[in-house]
Amino acid sequence: MTPLGVRTFLGDKLLTVETVVQSLASGLLMGLLYGLIAVGLALIFGLMDVTNFAHGEFLMIAMYASFFLFTFFAIDPLLSAPLVAAAMFVFGAVVYLLVVRFAMRAKANAGMVQIFTTFGLAIVMRGLAQLFFTPDYRSIPQSWLGGKTISIAGIFLPEPQLVGALVSIAAFAGLYFFIHRTDFGRALEATREDPGAVALVGIDKNLVFAFGWGLGAALVGLAGAIMAVFFYIYPDVGASFALIAYVTVALGGFGSVFGAFAGGIIVGLVEAVTALMLPPSLKSVGIYAVYLLVVFIRPRGLFGSM
Amino acid sequence: MDKNYTARRRRDLIIAAVLAALAALAPLFVKNVYIQNILVLTLMYAALSQSWNILSGYCGQISLGHALYFGIGAYTTELLFTKFGVLPWFGMLAGGAIAALIAMGLGYPFFRLRGHYFVIATIVIAEIGLLLFQNWEWAGAAMGITIPVRGDSWLKFQFMRSKLPYFYFALALCCLAWFVTWWLEDSKWGFWWRAVKDNPDAAESLGVVVFNSKMGAAAVSAFLVAVGGAFYAQFLAYIDPESVMGFQFSLLMALPAVLGGIGTLWGPVLGAAILIPMTELTRSYIGGSGRGVDLIVYGGLIVAISLALPQGLVSLFSRSKAKGATR
Repeated sequence: MTPLGVRTFLGDKLLTVETVVQSLASGLLMGLLYGLIAVGLALIFGLMDVTNFAHGEFLMIAMYASFFLFTFFAIDPLLSAPLVAAAMFVFGAVVYLLVVRFAMRAKANAGMVQIFTTFGLAIVMRGLAQLFFTPDYRSIPQSWLGGKTISIAGIFLPEPQLVGALVSIAAFAGLYFFIHRTDFGRALEATREDPGAVALVGIDKNLVFAFGWGLGAALVGLAGAIMAVFFYIYPDVGASFALIAYVTVALGGFGSVFGAFAGGIIVGLVEAVTALMLPPSLKSVGIYAVYLLVVFIRPRGLFGSM
Repeated sequence: MDKNYTARRRRDLIIAAVLAALAALAPLFVKNVYIQNILVLTLMYAALSQSWNILSGYCGQISLGHALYFGIGAYTTELLFTKFGVLPWFGMLAGGAIAALIAMGLGYPFFRLRGHYFVIATIVIAEIGLLLFQNWEWAGAAMGITIPVRGDSWLKFQFMRSKLPYFYFALALCCLAWFVTWWLEDSKWGFWWRAVKDNPDAAESLGVVVFNSKMGAAAVSAFLVAVGGAFYAQFLAYIDPESVMGFQFSLLMALPAVLGGIGTLWGPVLGAAILIPMTELTRSYIGGSGRGVDLIVYGGLIVAISLALPQGLVSLFSRSKAKGATR
């Protein structure tokens, strides 16, 4: 209860140690979740130099999947999360095989073709969501975690975010183990370093890329399944998180999995601090400003290869 | 070879003059206000895309944040008009100048970034602009500015009864953007830009001042886009942050050039002539139900053209021409 005596320049909120710690804690939780949203993007970029501009729509689809599994089959989002992630794995791989694979073949304007192919895909996915799910805002009214908070040492933490953060840490640990300790992970690393050379040792480049897209989509699917508990679900929901995901990835360094983890935490904390000082409508400005500052000092992000 | 090049440039100029003259006659035959509206938008997006193409197509710095300059043009004009009574014509130039200065100011840090880092930085800066305008009380915040009706006149660039004056202005702007591109294409700048786009390191070593070339392209591009924004504000007679600075404008400026042929003289015009009427028509005929079919058609078309014609629709023409030449 010690007042810091720091008044924000809005003047109406008094900062206390408690409110600062409280918001840093929830910022950290949200940041871990941002990392989980962004890591699929970083993974795909690292693997094949492609930025998926439909990443936010992948998140949107996962949120809807979680919502419908709850509404029609009464499966709690926590239970359905692995299911959603598995379905998103298939979805990601199919998107690669049916669309992105062909964008990679463009001989002219390759970067442009990839950007606009995935952009077009994002627009189609939003359109399909409007058509089949209507533009209505939906939410999961009663879930095991929804709306519950837990108190640790006087700090209140919302349970959905806490579980989301734990899932994120587990996912990053699993991903680290997978990339460094399994044969398929090594194949992924090798393909990323030299897609031409791996063909010589009998690794099918397309298979690895499809797997990479599947894995990336599964990770964002995991995030979406948990976020469905505490965010409204609507066709455009991906857009707001997509920009945060791009910033997270660029902040950490494109292609760096650990960078996405660190970038997510930074974004979450900066957002929480900004929300303490500026009106809520400006809370993203802090994130963007910090992002710009970082890339101006390190043009390839914190952990990107120079 | 050299003779061919000069002949081709002269032919481009003649084709442009003929097309502009034909376009100027269009209102004689098109009396339907709805279609006139589509024509105005088509010309405006052709002009915007042509301007975007200077930085992103010729110079290769893909910006998805040009909505910032569009919004700055619109806001400068309307703030000067509503708060200080400055005529929109001066506001338009002021908006263009401010946008060009901002583009160069941003260029200092931004042009060190490459590839995806640059693209994302441009998206982010436009988003910051949008958020700041949404919270700027003096400029109307999220409510925006309604442009007061002062009667139809060219002096105040305001017309309530007819869309034709807007049509002619948009046509003039489109011609201007095209001509600037045509002119720059053959200038020292044009060659520098293409060198910077193809291989910045090689260009630098051959004496191209890469940084300055990018700055020049950014300034010209931002100026023209801001003039387009000023026009759009007068055309709508109402602006708010989302409707002049939203991300969709960044996308709508890029798409015609991408579909038509990025970094080409005719790409943006061709792309806009197909894309904008199609967008408007799908929106009013299928999109009215709010069920997203228009988005599916629109997005599907973007995917299809990007995959099938990576060099844009103009490549169809040059391909047939090349065949004719060998025969």
